[in-house]
Amino acid sequence: MIALDIAIKNKCYNNIDAVVLKDINFSVKPGEFVAIIGPSGCGKSTLLNMLCGLEESYEQKLLCNGKAINGDESHKLGYIFQQPRLMPWLTVQENLQLVLPTPKHETQQKSQHEQINDLLNQVGLSGKGSYFPNQLSGGMQRRVAIARAFAVNPELILLDEPFNSLDAPTAAKLRRLLVELCQNRGSTVIFVTHDLSEAIYLADRIVFMSNTPTSIIHQVDIDLPKPRQEAGNKELAWQAKLMNEYPKILAGKTN
Amino acid sequence: MKGIFSSKHTAIKSNSHQFFTALYSRLLMLIILAVIWQATAWFINSADFPSLLNVIDSFIYHVNQGDMLANISITLGRVFISFIIAMILGVIIGILMGCSDKVNELSDTLLIIALNIPALVTILLCYIWLGLVESAAITAVVINKIPTVVVMIREGARVVDQDLLAVAKVYKLSPRTTFFKIFLPQIYPYIMASARAGLSLIWKIVLVVELLGRSDGVGFALNTLFQFFDIAGILAYTFAFIAVVLVIEALFFRPLDKLTSRGMNHDSA
Repeated sequence: MIALDIAIKNKCYNNIDAVVLKDINFSVKPGEFVAIIGPSGCGKSTLLNMLCGLEESYEQKLLCNGKAINGDESHKLGYIFQQPRLMPWLTVQENLQLVLPTPKHETQQKSQHEQINDLLNQVGLSGKGSYFPNQLSGGMQRRVAIARAFAVNPELILLDEPFNSLDAPTAAKLRRLLVELCQNRGSTVIFVTHDLSEAIYLADRIVFMSNTPTSIIHQVDIDLPKPRQEAGNKELAWQAKLMNEYPKILAGKTN
Repeated sequence: MKGIFSSKHTAIKSNSHQFFTALYSRLLMLIILAVIWQATAWFINSADFPSLLNVIDSFIYHVNQGDMLANISITLGRVFISFIIAMILGVIIGILMGCSDKVNELSDTLLIIALNIPALVTILLCYIWLGLVESAAITAVVINKIPTVVVMIREGARVVDQDLLAVAKVYKLSPRTTFFKIFLPQIYPYIMASARAGLSLIWKIVLVVELLGRSDGVGFALNTLFQFFDIAGILAYTFAFIAVVLVIEALFFRPLDKLTSRGMNHDSA
């Protein structure tokens, strides 16, 4: 189980002087599903990159189970990027194999093969193992990316607007898939989005962010029972109440 | 829209059809050239401009006499060895320069100098410093070829997709896997391009090297034929070697192309 303690005093990009993140402090409990919502360009992806050691700042204190994050953690990490980021020269099967340890003998190879087939089944891509990514539709490529993230049995999952630019039914299908995969695994999830109803459907808690220099403007627990419904009555009522209280919160303002 | 659909349905049928049409037009071009050549030779009627039939006669003579096949295989051997060495070194240096700004700054001037030293100068210096030996010949060719490989591979290494490398880092892939499964496939097209350009450049340089300091090979044979003003022989050798290079292209590069462009050129579903 992974718990995170995040304290970023400020983060700038190397080539420009502007501060991107400023005074970001929050904790994530083990097994918690946290959604981060903020206006586009506010540095949400940067935050995720910092959580897995892809980017860093001199003034940060990121703790994972009490230890500093530097990119060499031993815990299993799944990252679903905004773009699927599959290797076009590898088949779907090989793309999944890539992130798994190289099998040492034949029985291991067989069980890995089965594991991959199971995963492809779960994401609704059974029989597509020998396809190349370019032969799949955008939605299918994303499903492969999701399968890749779950293939490593992640203890921590980072998602960066993974359902962006998909048509509504496909996005809904993938959201249900995500809920399904997250169940029973006990993984800690950080989910970046700009879609409030998506966050209400999925998350235990929402962290709202401001425009740059980005800081946290509001945090709220979603006290609705799971499983939830997408755009269900309770969910819509919850959303309406929040929007009533903070009408400009999606633009990064609390008043 | 209609055009796209119909072309997809008939793709398999038209593929073989297209192949034969392409082959046919290529052959047609060759035949036209041959006819023009033969006619011009008859018209000019000079010993300095042999007809196609003379060249074919000369080809048969040189093959039967036995020295042409031996010379071509010796030259091919030199081309092969220097090609392999130049490609390996060029790819390594190119990747280093493309990936590290420091290495690039250090060696960029050297690269420009190396690119602009005349091939002939390198060959002469190698022969003078290393002696008229096989290793000097190979070294000279390799030194001539490496800079052009480096230039191309460096461009490839520069545009490697950082997003895909981030995937490798997030999923903690080993440096070996990252290099062979994620980095290298991205510069395959650049390696193929430099290999193609390289083969033609290398065999031309090998001929010069042989002409200047070897006592066998196509270059040496051409020099001898030149002494006797045997123009038909020179042309026969040239065409024989071009034919060999065409065969190499078909046998090695086409299959390699398929391998390296794996998964790249498919219609999306």
